Amino acid sequence: MLMALAASPAFAQAAAQPAKIDAADTAWMISATGLVLMMSIPGLALFYSGMVRKKNVLATMAQTLAAVALGSILWMAIGYSLAFTGNSPAIGTFDRALLLGMDMNAISPLAKNIPESVFMFYQMTFAVITVALVAGSVADRMRFSAYLWFVAGWLLLVYVPIAHWVWGGGFLGTAGVLDFAGGLVVHLNAGIGGLVACYLLGARRGYGTDNLAPYDLSLAVIGTGLLWVGWFGFNGGSALGANSRAGFAVLATHLAACAGVLTWMILEWWDRGKPSVLGMISGAVAGLGTITPASGFVLPWHGIVIGIVAGAVCYWACTKLKTKCRYDDSLDVFGVHGIGGATGTILAGVFAVAAVGDTAGLLEGNSGQVLVQLYGIGVTLAWSGAVTFMLLKVIGFFLPLRVREEDERIGLDVSLHGESLQ
Amino acid sequence: MKLVIAIIKPFKLDEVRDALTALGVHGMTVTEVKGFGRQKGHTEIYRGAEYAVNFLPKLKIEVGVEDGIADKVVAAIGSAAKTGQIGDGKIFVYDLDRAVRIRTGETDNDAL
Repeated sequence: MLMALAASPAFAQAAAQPAKIDAADTAWMISATGLVLMMSIPGLALFYSGMVRKKNVLATMAQTLAAVALGSILWMAIGYSLAFTGNSPAIGTFDRALLLGMDMNAISPLAKNIPESVFMFYQMTFAVITVALVAGSVADRMRFSAYLWFVAGWLLLVYVPIAHWVWGGGFLGTAGVLDFAGGLVVHLNAGIGGLVACYLLGARRGYGTDNLAPYDLSLAVIGTGLLWVGWFGFNGGSALGANSRAGFAVLATHLAACAGVLTWMILEWWDRGKPSVLGMISGAVAGLGTITPASGFVLPWHGIVIGIVAGAVCYWACTKLKTKCRYDDSLDVFGVHGIGGATGTILAGVFAVAAVGDTAGLLEGNSGQVLVQLYGIGVTLAWSGAVTFMLLKVIGFFLPLRVREEDERIGLDVSLHGESLQ
Repeated sequence: MKLVIAIIKPFKLDEVRDALTALGVHGMTVTEVKGFGRQKGHTEIYRGAEYAVNFLPKLKIEVGVEDGIADKVVAAIGSAAKTGQIGDGKIFVYDLDRAVRIRTGETDNDAL
């Protein structure tokens, strides 16, 4: 009888790694999953749609909604399996395609205290918000049908491999790259994808000449608040349990957001004469995106330093770099998330504290960690940039990526969705 | 009869309404409008992108009055809407040929 039990694969696995579903961890991770989903809908939907013109508000919300709906189904169908199963350095397996074999008691070796269903769902919310983020770069001009193909292709060809490399047992994680909650996988990835996409689609009509002022920044402020609170699930949940590391992560996250707000506000006040509300919320998101890879590896007060750097470099990227390079990254996905994600990934290598996340950074004498972080940035940049480019070229071969000129002029709400704000 | 049209700063509406009520003017029509005169516009900055906003929000008041009080109405609007700052607005006076109160069919001065 004992022999028979020992021979069964399930028993062998359980013996090799003590995996047991913990009630507190599971409760926190289900909550965190809800928080991260709230970041997309309604958080990101409000944040983005408040920054576009009135005629494109609903179309912008539609992009986030579609990314959540389509991305979630694809994640369940195949994305999760390819990202988070197997031991290959390159890509996962089909073992969990359509959640095959994921019974009630299943536990992923990557999250040993919670049901695999919760782990899979938690990671799903990351995948869909990353795709939805990219849409901000091409706001006001992308054809909805082309966008849906882009969501599907980008999720599977760009997000899934990078998530596997960093978090799913792939070669970047093995190389020691620190990315607690997605500085590379989510923010730099979305930022580069957005930058390539806005170059390929071209600028909005009237960019640089017409008044493209936001329709209603109060929506964007509400969206920022929802993103901010949701980020506690994003970074705190990345501890994959209800523990003190999650506590450190959410505290550092909040402090970085605050430092980002104040830094952007002061810089703009000094540079342009007035502290704008759009600047303050931009600083918040910059701080949040930048602390993301470092949270869970650093001390809470490091969040303030990282938030200050985030506010400064992202302010520079959005107001100076963009003008200089003349790309129309409409909602500054690259300037905030791309630059912030890369900066935070480097700073994780600088500030990492061994007592927090088992890895020492530059300040604790491990100078090599910064090089490892740069390696992660280089790989993410190259893959996300190249595959986004090829994907859009292929989609563009079959159907136009942009709406027609007159449709763009009358607005995407009417021309794409047959609705409008009154 | 005269039709007095005044373009004023939005926050001056209540003062203008009170001044006209004191003169025995029983009604008026107010519309939100945009425009510019010597005030020109202002600049808005969104993440470094500067936009010149040339058309500023104003209110347009339309009020039909008897010939006898037209000058008093103009003077009342003028003093009630005045701040002394650029952008206070303008008053235009037109001759008014006919007026009809739809409910009763009264015409001209009786309809005002």
